Amino acid sequence: MNDRSRPAVQPIGFELNGRGVQVAVTASARLSDVLRDTLGLTGTKVGCSAGDCGACTVVLDGQQVCACTVAAGQVHGRRLTTVEGLAADGTLARLQQAFLAHGAAQCGACTPGMLMAAADTLARHPDPSAEQVADGLAGVLCRCTGYRAIVAAVLAAAGGPVSLPQAAPGRAVGARVPRLDGAARLDGRECYAADEAPADALWLRAVRSPHARARFRLGDLAAWIASHPGIVDVLTAADVPCNSFGIFDAVKDQPVLGDARVRFHGEAVVALVGTQEAVSAVHDEELPIEWSVEEPVLGIEQGLAVTGAPLHDFAPDNVLVRGRVIRGEVDEALRRAAFVAEGEFVTSHVEHAYIEPEAGYAMRMPMPDGGDRLRVFACTQTPYMDRDEIARILAIEPDRVQVVPSAIGGGFGGKLDLSIQPLLAVASWKLKRPVRGVYTRPESMLCTTKRHPARMRVRFGCDRNGDLVAVDFLGDFDTGAYASWGSTVANRVPIHASGPYAVPNVRALTRAVYTNGPVGGAFRGFGVPQSTFAHETLVDELARACGMDPLAFRLRNAIRAGQATATGQVLTASAGLVACLLRLQPAWEAARRRVEALDPASAGALRRGVGIACMAYGIGNTVIANPSTMRVGLRRNGRVVLYNGAVDLGQGSSTVLVQICADALGLPVHLFDQVTGDTDRTADAGKSSASRQTFVSGNAARIAGSVLRERLLALVCAPADARLRLVDTQLQVGEGSGTRSLDLSALDADRNGDVAVGEGSFDPPTTPLDGDGQGMPYATYGFGAQFAEVEVDIELGTVRVLHVEAAHDVGRAINPTQVEGQIVGGIAQGIGMALMEEYVAGRSDNLHDYLIPTVGDVPPVVVHVIEDPEPLGPFGAKGVGEPAMIPTAPAITNAIRHATGVRVTRLPVTPDRLRAQLLGKAKA
Amino acid sequence: MSSLPYVQPAILADALSALSQQRLVPLAGGTDFYPARVGQPVADGILDLSRLTDLCGLSTSVSGWRLGALTTWSALRRAPLPAALCALQRVAAEVGGVQIQNAGTVGGNLCNASPAADGVPALLALDAQVELQSVRGTRTMPLGQFILGNRRTARAPDELLTAVLLPHSGAHTRSTFHKLGARRYLVISVLMVAARLDLDDSGRVAAAAVAVGACSEVAQRLPLLEQRLAGRRLDAALREVPHAHDLAALTPRSDVRASAAYRRDAALTLVRRALGALCDE
Ligand SMILES: Cc1cc2nc3c(=O)[nH]c(=O)nc-3n(C[C@H](O)[C@H](O)[C@H](O)COP(=O)(O)OP(=O)(O)OC[C@H]3O[C@@H](n4cnc5c(N)ncnc54)[C@H](O)[C@@H]3O)c2cc1C
Ligand code: FES
Ligand code: FES
Repeated sequence: MNDRSRPAVQPIGFELNGRGVQVAVTASARLSDVLRDTLGLTGTKVGCSAGDCGACTVVLDGQQVCACTVAAGQVHGRRLTTVEGLAADGTLARLQQAFLAHGAAQCGACTPGMLMAAADTLARHPDPSAEQVADGLAGVLCRCTGYRAIVAAVLAAAGGPVSLPQAAPGRAVGARVPRLDGAARLDGRECYAADEAPADALWLRAVRSPHARARFRLGDLAAWIASHPGIVDVLTAADVPCNSFGIFDAVKDQPVLGDARVRFHGEAVVALVGTQEAVSAVHDEELPIEWSVEEPVLGIEQGLAVTGAPLHDFAPDNVLVRGRVIRGEVDEALRRAAFVAEGEFVTSHVEHAYIEPEAGYAMRMPMPDGGDRLRVFACTQTPYMDRDEIARILAIEPDRVQVVPSAIGGGFGGKLDLSIQPLLAVASWKLKRPVRGVYTRPESMLCTTKRHPARMRVRFGCDRNGDLVAVDFLGDFDTGAYASWGSTVANRVPIHASGPYAVPNVRALTRAVYTNGPVGGAFRGFGVPQSTFAHETLVDELARACGMDPLAFRLRNAIRAGQATATGQVLTASAGLVACLLRLQPAWEAARRRVEALDPASAGALRRGVGIACMAYGIGNTVIANPSTMRVGLRRNGRVVLYNGAVDLGQGSSTVLVQICADALGLPVHLFDQVTGDTDRTADAGKSSASRQTFVSGNAARIAGSVLRERLLALVCAPADARLRLVDTQLQVGEGSGTRSLDLSALDADRNGDVAVGEGSFDPPTTPLDGDGQGMPYATYGFGAQFAEVEVDIELGTVRVLHVEAAHDVGRAINPTQVEGQIVGGIAQGIGMALMEEYVAGRSDNLHDYLIPTVGDVPPVVVHVIEDPEPLGPFGAKGVGEPAMIPTAPAITNAIRHATGVRVTRLPVTPDRLRAQLLGKAKA
Repeated sequence: MSSLPYVQPAILADALSALSQQRLVPLAGGTDFYPARVGQPVADGILDLSRLTDLCGLSTSVSGWRLGALTTWSALRRAPLPAALCALQRVAAEVGGVQIQNAGTVGGNLCNASPAADGVPALLALDAQVELQSVRGTRTMPLGQFILGNRRTARAPDELLTAVLLPHSGAHTRSTFHKLGARRYLVISVLMVAARLDLDDSGRVAAAAVAVGACSEVAQRLPLLEQRLAGRRLDAALREVPHAHDLAALTPRSDVRASAAYRRDAALTLVRRALGALCDE
């Protein structure tokens, strides 16, 4: 540091949200950092610091700009509006209302940027067209919503006053209740992981391996620290009490800090702790780290060939786990099949690309009895697993760790693994000081998990009538350097590999393979989007072989109640695929007819096609218990409190669970408050993954509500169907003259302030799978079908998705706005997976080389919600979070096949790949 | 410890004098400057150009158009430009998203000299010159001489790019710009093509300019093709003039955005389409 120059601090004055402000800051600092760190206005989000995501959009002198590319010195004397300044002006408040009413904010990480871009657009075009809105919002990425709700909200705000839907008491289920946590996401108050930390916190930054496989030796760190003022410590593997973690007890294979060796590009080697300035000024090459680089094992092929030494001693063949489902006589059935379609399918690493990078703080808290505790505030999908794992790493009891999940700016599975938490925990525990950290976008992309790349060899056979007779599936999944959720993928895929069809003979074998690639983790669908790409392509081939319409073929084979899955589980109810297909049929047939009537001679280089795909998805964990507990209390002040341990990643559980609980209890939603996801104050609701919160925690919330209702009725000896009402602190039970009243303020309250409490738990019934994968792995399944219309430019290989129509059986839509939001958001991710998303470590670890769909890439979507009630579900509901994205990619690739005759076998089908295939076909 | 200056001059003379006295990095819209420094503190002395209003905007004189280096893409997008400059206007509408267009400048695009800079092929096709000023004086040179390679220019450390100069075109000049990427908005170009046709009174091509970007370190004109286009009638057959060998001098690379073979192939398609589009106008 000594020989380095520092930027000068200067006084800067400007008008901020209508008021003059003066700050003394480094003039070359990014405006986004000054707003957040100096002025405390954390409503402006930072997703990339590179102009790519637009989360930091503010309006400067009446023009939207990215605050991360503006120097603080440049705003001197100018006029700035941030999201915190929106509500001041009437029209803008209307914009926020419209976002709320349309479900345009899910996780909320993009929302401040979207609102500012929208405000700028409306100022320029008071009565905009949909295209003008899209142009105006083009610079802000959203990973959750699929944009359509946002565009609709902006158009609605331009159209006049916006009304918010209201739910009648007792009728919350099925109503379009606006997000209960919505307001804070719209005015910038919501507290995300990078938005809060103790003022005296030190900063932590990990130094990461630039090599995919290497050994290293650390030099004299003490001397290095001494010569770097502002650096307090450099943590190494030796500082980690128990330096291994992992999802499952059987494989804790991942170190917090590499111990003399690294297994992937981006693995943490040491962690710098000190002032923010000091840790960010260090260039990684300055550290005394001596590398000896080894040849990495990259890709499934090399992993299975065990080139070089195996990744881990305990897996000499580099195979983490094998999955297996066997039913019937596959070889025999395929031999007899009238038609067999086969292919090899390959998919790529896909990045979650949530807009909020990982962040948080850890704070060691002294306790009078000497048994210090640790608080960890961070973005996570699974606070209880984090708590136990952090305790394990620190070698302390779990009850000495408190995990406080921040509001979470998107997860999609990527925040199911520990990321920054153990680094912060180890630092704070060792140094006895609060320590905070924020990943940069490249760091977030480099070191967190990805969707497993797959290589699948698959055969599907059917008889002359078009009935599927056999499926042979061999799938390998690149789990990267560490296990993470690899075994979940390897175990889930075989169960789903034959698709949502009744197939008597199935052999599905999988392997999760260790490589020196990025860690394969949990990502919306746990491997099923990959296997669905394979089976839906082949099912289309078979339909063609039989001369049948692709939808009709699927309709014929769709699994129905009373039929058995590949694991021999007979579905008893809520198998709505047939209903989904029937709902799509008229529009599908019309679209196919329209497209097939087009004359290619007059279309130039453009070709249209329409393709369809179906899916099934087991809701909740595969076999493994996944209980949830919810508590609801009635306070002396007449408010109801839901103690809700489920993390809302934007999918809306904080609203849906209240809707369910409210109807079970019989009181309106607006009387509810929530205590969410603080491991000290809520019960374990399990993780927010596997589309399980509505189904599993929903049931717990329903039971909790009913139990509280029974207790209240018992207090006044009222009959089971009596109506409840709350008037201030008076609980009124029953109607008219028979009404009984209870003054809550006069009752004794417990430690939490509740006068009566209901608790509910639910664990979906499953049975273990036998050696051939036979059994009942899930209590219920989600079903869906989607068709897509595309336009292919055959000279350039580019694909535009023009229209998507989706039908999903969700059992019951507790909140239709949120169901639609999940579906459109899932479709957007499916479009990305199909056409553009491919992560290459060290080359696309930013949001301009790694492309995700923009507002212009998601076409209008028609959503059909099918409600085939699940008897086990709360009010009939099951999940939809993951199902939504699963059929999109194959619907698109089947549409490409329809348009061009090219069968896509590798995702993403980028323009260069498609063009190469088109050229190959022309030659052949 | 010394301190890194942040200089914010209000007039060009002060800016040039500051630049002559100390090592400063010019900062215009910041949309290339900051993204190149993610996760790092700014370790440069800064010459903030944002107050140099003289360098903003478009003017015309007998010698041609003068485009201030600090003109933003938004300003260009909204400016009433003649059809001859349509290529430039299309670039302005397709750079980044609105935020980038509001902040990013033409001068920054050229000085940053990325192989994927959209402004470069368009301005090459428009025969642009750049004007550089320092306390030592003013010099102008063709854009093709200014950009030397990937992120390398002929700018001396004490010089500022002050303007882009465009010759007046005849009444019958038209130009266009086509850009290719894998998504609808916010794409760094896989490749891009700009084309300009000057027509004579009989409607034949008097002179043609075609430039291709992102297929070599620096965007390139295609002189052989341009010569063969000259004298041709403006009709659908023009589209068929370009051939693969016209692109022989390009040296496309394979990267995360596309393969080299694809770039070569798609460049030909885009060149043909650009010419086709100019015929259809
Ligand atoms: C999300 C995003 C999308 C983008 N999309 C595109 C795109 O589609 N097409 C495209 O071409 N570019 C794109 N860019 C790059 C960038 O926006 C443009 O190149 C822009 O024109 C740069 O201008 P600026 O004023 O912001 O430059 P700055 O970042 O301020 O400066 C860039 C460089 O030029 C130097 N410089 C600037 N002005 C002068 C001057 N007058 N004299 C001397 N040196 C100077 C600076 O020192 C710096 O080295 C994108 C950037 C982002 C972040
Ligand atoms: S944080 Fe500014 S654009 Fe992403
Ligand atoms: S709501 Fe847009 S990123 Fe989550």
